[in-house]
Amino acid sequence: MHALPAAPAPAPQRQMLVGTSLAVMAMVMLTGSMLAVWALQRREAIDSTGTWVPDGTTIPEVPTNVILMAFVGICVFGQWAVWSAKRNDRPHTVLALGCTGLVALLVINAQAFVYHRMSLGIGDGTYAAMFYAITGMFMVLMIAGLLFTVVAAFRYIGGRSGDQEILVSHAIYWYAMSAIFAAIWFLVYVTK
Amino acid sequence: MTTIESSPGAVASSDGDADTNSALGAVAGAFTSTDHKVTGRLYLAGGLLGLVATVAINVLIAVERLDGADVVLDTEVLPQLIDAQHVGLVFATLLPLVMAACVYAVPLQLGSRSIAFPRLASSGFWMWFGGLILTSIALIGNGGTLGGDADAVDLFIAGIGLMAIGITATSGAVATTLLTTRAPGMTMRRIPPFSWSALVFSLGVIIVMPVLLGTLAYLFLDHRNARTGFGGNEGIFVWVGWIVTQPVTFLFAIPAIGMLAELAPVVFGRRTPARGVLFGGLALIGMAALAGVTQQNIQNLPWSGSQLNVDDLETKVRDLVPFLLFNALPVLGMLLVLMVVLQTARPGEGSHFKFSPAILFAFFGFAMVLVGMLGNLLHAADDLDLQGTVFEEATLIYVVYGGVLAAMGATIHWAPKLWGATLDTGKVLPLALLGLTGTILAAFPMYIAGFLDQPAGVSYLDDDLVIWNVIALVGHAFMAVTVLGFIGLVLLSSRHDDAIGDDPWDAQTLEWATTSPAPRDNFVDVPVVHSAEPLLDLKTAATSNAASNDGSNA
Repeated sequence: MHALPAAPAPAPQRQMLVGTSLAVMAMVMLTGSMLAVWALQRREAIDSTGTWVPDGTTIPEVPTNVILMAFVGICVFGQWAVWSAKRNDRPHTVLALGCTGLVALLVINAQAFVYHRMSLGIGDGTYAAMFYAITGMFMVLMIAGLLFTVVAAFRYIGGRSGDQEILVSHAIYWYAMSAIFAAIWFLVYVTK
Repeated sequence: MTTIESSPGAVASSDGDADTNSALGAVAGAFTSTDHKVTGRLYLAGGLLGLVATVAINVLIAVERLDGADVVLDTEVLPQLIDAQHVGLVFATLLPLVMAACVYAVPLQLGSRSIAFPRLASSGFWMWFGGLILTSIALIGNGGTLGGDADAVDLFIAGIGLMAIGITATSGAVATTLLTTRAPGMTMRRIPPFSWSALVFSLGVIIVMPVLLGTLAYLFLDHRNARTGFGGNEGIFVWVGWIVTQPVTFLFAIPAIGMLAELAPVVFGRRTPARGVLFGGLALIGMAALAGVTQQNIQNLPWSGSQLNVDDLETKVRDLVPFLLFNALPVLGMLLVLMVVLQTARPGEGSHFKFSPAILFAFFGFAMVLVGMLGNLLHAADDLDLQGTVFEEATLIYVVYGGVLAAMGATIHWAPKLWGATLDTGKVLPLALLGLTGTILAAFPMYIAGFLDQPAGVSYLDDDLVIWNVIALVGHAFMAVTVLGFIGLVLLSSRHDDAIGDDPWDAQTLEWATTSPAPRDNFVDVPVVHSAEPLLDLKTAATSNAASNDGSNA
């Protein structure tokens, strides 16, 4: 009786983009809060005992710096995928996504190498527990990003080449991850 | 009176669901459904289950407090009871109940065919539910913040973390729905008040819960391995206690506040005036998220009896500004919402009063949350010496029980869309009064006991405090009766098959433009919206047309 005029069913407006942005917001809050607690505990430890990093623990700076530089590559490859997709350049899009995934895999490998070189037991005090908590969280986010890359690639290869929104969202995710790692790198690996 | 018919596909889908009428089929359907109404109902059922358990725990604690010098229950279970009360009130009761309303109502209000990321919303529920079970097992197994079993303490931390992830996931789906799947013409200023409150709530949750999760990750690894940096299990409440204390809980009560703003125009038959003020008010309550982001248990207001001494103005301003930001802005927001509601209720041209039992619940819920907020203002003042007393627990109970009353109002209001029936008004009204009385009796005596220095926990030495604890026990018992009665009415109404019409409340928003109960895909044709009250526009136009036709015929 009170029938409203019908409209064509609207396509969701940038659902993936908004969803990814919200996820990025949550990731930033997660990492930000962990770094804040890290800084607080670090200051208290230095004030009380004069040390924060356990004696005998060496942080390998080369692989951590390489990870930071690798993120430049990830961002470039992610944006390359967007650029190529907008020009319907299917081979380059797939290549860019493959490169993104490969470098992400290398970052995970490099982080595992850092763990190996540090030889820090998770029960070796507050620093160790917090170090593994924050870098472990970073690894979880990296694996999530890698899965995102795989899903985006399969969707594109599967023929949904018109859906460029997922590629833009994918690029945003990796930009955010770069910023997150830069913060972790500065506080955990440089400031120590 | 059907306004928008179900699509053949939607009807077929509903029939398909009906085929799986066996218990196994129903369980499988609930596990796998991506229909937001099913997810909302699951949250509602989980929240009501948590509410029953939490009220029972509150009754047990109140019984224990009848004699402050003696112990009725086993002393070893008391820490777990206190933990269960805090976690239960926020994570097992308030959050799932308000989330239920957001999940089942928001897509319908927006004219959307489904929630965004429906699998995310559904998996969010199951993560929350799994976390609740893990937390319960941990508390039963001597876990919690003062637990004696290390593994159970770890499980307690993991359980809360899982609940936080689940609630955040569903919030992400709700927020994305609000930002992306509105009907054509529905600008942000035109979304219904409840949906706006759901947006503020869900964005706040997305900001606050990851902060909790990060700290829990530290606590878990430290407790499991080193136990040096965070104070062991006793440090858990120190580090993450802010999530179950005020003002963060105000954030979780925002949809309950939005419920009153949603119902006022329906009951008083008017368009919502000053929508900008209303939306601003709801957003101001969202400032409570600041306390979560900064991980503040309490924002103290040291005054040291020098109210008239303005020599140290800088210190006073430094104390006052964060206090006002964290605690007073939400109160200001509540007052703005109340102002708009009162303006809506003002008799005027075209307004007509049509009573709905839901508004009674929503109004009582709003009032209780406001009293909790005002109590929190006092709690922060150092000079009153209320910190460390039962006063803080009373503010939490005001906020949570208030939120529960409003969530009950939401269930009553949207029951026609959820299961195609209304709750019996004659039986619901006494429950509203009983719930209000129960909340006041359960919480207000604890305000008084707080001023009389009854410490937090269950023991005290002053015999003069006994009377206040007896009254609080009566209040919790009233609340238990209210909750059980409400669940009984919901179960009864869901079995009824009366034809109630698509728009039984003569409402204004889009959810009432589809059938009752709403079909799987909500709307066959997505409606075009030209104002904030699209259904009212059509009714007004229909009335005008009828009048002009009568005139021309005459």
